[in-house]
Parts: sequence; structure tokens; C-alpha cells
Amino acid sequence: MDKLIYKLKEQIIERLNLKDLKPENIGDDQPLFVEGIGLDSIDALELIVLLQQEYNIKLSNAEDGPRVFHSVRTIADYITANSGAVKVTT
Amino acid sequence: MLPVPNISASCLISPNKIFLDGQIIFEHPGSAVTFLDKAYDHLEIAYPKFHKMDNLCKLGFLAAEILLNGRSHEKKYSDSETGLVLSNSHASLDVDLKYSKTIHSGASPALFVYTLPNIVIGEISIRHHFKGENAFFVFKHFDGKFMAEYVSGLFENKLVKSCFCGWVDILKEDYRAILFLVEKGDGENKLPFNADNLNKLNRLDHG
Repeated sequence: MDKLIYKLKEQIIERLNLKDLKPENIGDDQPLFVEGIGLDSIDALELIVLLQQEYNIKLSNAEDGPRVFHSVRTIADYITANSGAVKVTT
Repeated sequence: MLPVPNISASCLISPNKIFLDGQIIFEHPGSAVTFLDKAYDHLEIAYPKFHKMDNLCKLGFLAAEILLNGRSHEKKYSDSETGLVLSNSHASLDVDLKYSKTIHSGASPALFVYTLPNIVIGEISIRHHFKGENAFFVFKHFDGKFMAEYVSGLFENKLVKSCFCGWVDILKEDYRAILFLVEKGDGENKLPFNADNLNKLNRLDHG
């Protein structure tokens, strides 16, 4: 799980062009939107694409979005729960 | 008689050089994106959203930042008194091409939102809280006559008290921005706002 969380942080930083951040700057449970690291609605769409491309997971219910994308840990939990075998290479 | 608009300042960004009022203030070798990112660092701007912008927005954003630096513009004018009138020849083609490459593998929402040229006006407006008149035109070349007439009309009709106008264009490594701050009032070092002066300043880097 720790490897997945770290990999997700790297992917979020690269995908969303958060050049002022490093994985260490994002807390595992830190809210990603608004009061957290300040992601917006376009970033949310980009995260959905990231899940599809990198983990082959489609968000089946849009209403789950706020819960799934609350923090890096909640995303990792969702990936783990919806993927048979997630391989994380470092 | 009301004072005529003047060009208070101009910023020209051409490959690997930035001029403010005719003086080079920054030079750096490298690709367009490297140059724009280095200029952002050099200007010590703290605005993380810059890194999410497409190159057209980065170009226009930097020109506006340079013109506004130390000017206390927001104290002189209310949000609705500043206009933005820009033009270019490639519209948003630079990012359109990048976006089209993502379509088959999963279209990128972050790129899609920049696939209109007037988004650069939006980014500058969000940064500086401008809510005045704005327009974006696509021409083959910078048209000083059109720009002078259009922006003068905004002043004559009391739609703006200040206006940023000019040219912001990029396609791959070919980029150029010339942005003018136009205001009413007399003062030293101000040029009358007319087509001749716009065209003259636009040719500054051509000797």
C-alpha cells in the first residue's frame, strides 16, 4: 500500500503539473481539493483519466468521486478494492 | 477636451528575449517552454497555476505580469475599468495539436480547457481580477491600425479607463508577444496611442 501511495503521489504531481510539490509534501490523508493542496474540477477529471489509463479502473458512479478522490489514501484504497492485482514498479 | 489614451508601457517577448519599454530585461537560451518557465522563475512569481497553463497562456500571463509589476494598477482602476484586447495568428493551434494526440489514448481534460485562444484573457483576468471589456481576434499579422481603432473606441465609449492590448502568438518554437498598457492621462515617457506607435514598438527587436 505504501508503494502504491507513493507512486500515486508521483503520478498526480506529473499529471497535474504540480511542479512546486514533491511526493513528501503531500500527506497520505491530506484533502486533495480546496483546503488541501487546492485541486480543482479539471484536476478531478484528469484524475479520472489517470485511473483509467494507469490502473484500468473506471469510476462506475460519479457520485463516488468526492469520496474516492478525497486523499491519496482513499484513491489507493479504491484502486486496491477495484483491481485484481495492482503491480507498482519503482 | 478629454485626454487621449497613451501607451504607458510595452512588453515584447520574442524568442529567448524579453523587453520592457524597449530595454532587454531577460534573456535565456533553450526551447519555448524552457524559456517561459525560466522567465517565470526569474520574475519570482508565486502562482502555481502557471505550471498548468498551456504555452499561449504562459506567454500572455508573463507579459501582463511584467507590465503590472510595481504599478499598483489595482489601486488606480476598479475591476471593471480595465479591458483586455488580444490578437494572434495561430489561435490555440499549439495546444490543439497536443490535445489531438491525447484523444486516442484518453483525452486530457487539462489540455482541453486551453483549446480556445481567449483562455489567455481569462487567465490574466483571474490573476488580476479584471472584469472589463475583452476580445480576442485572429489575424494573419499584427494589425496596429485595427488595434488602435478598436481600443480607442472602448475609451471613447467610456467602456474602459485602461486597457491591455496587443499580440500573443505561439506555435511550437515560434512565439511572440507584444503587450501594451494603454491609459488616459499625461505624463513623461508616454507615447500617443496610435497605429504608428504600435507598429513601431512591435518592430523593436527587428532593429
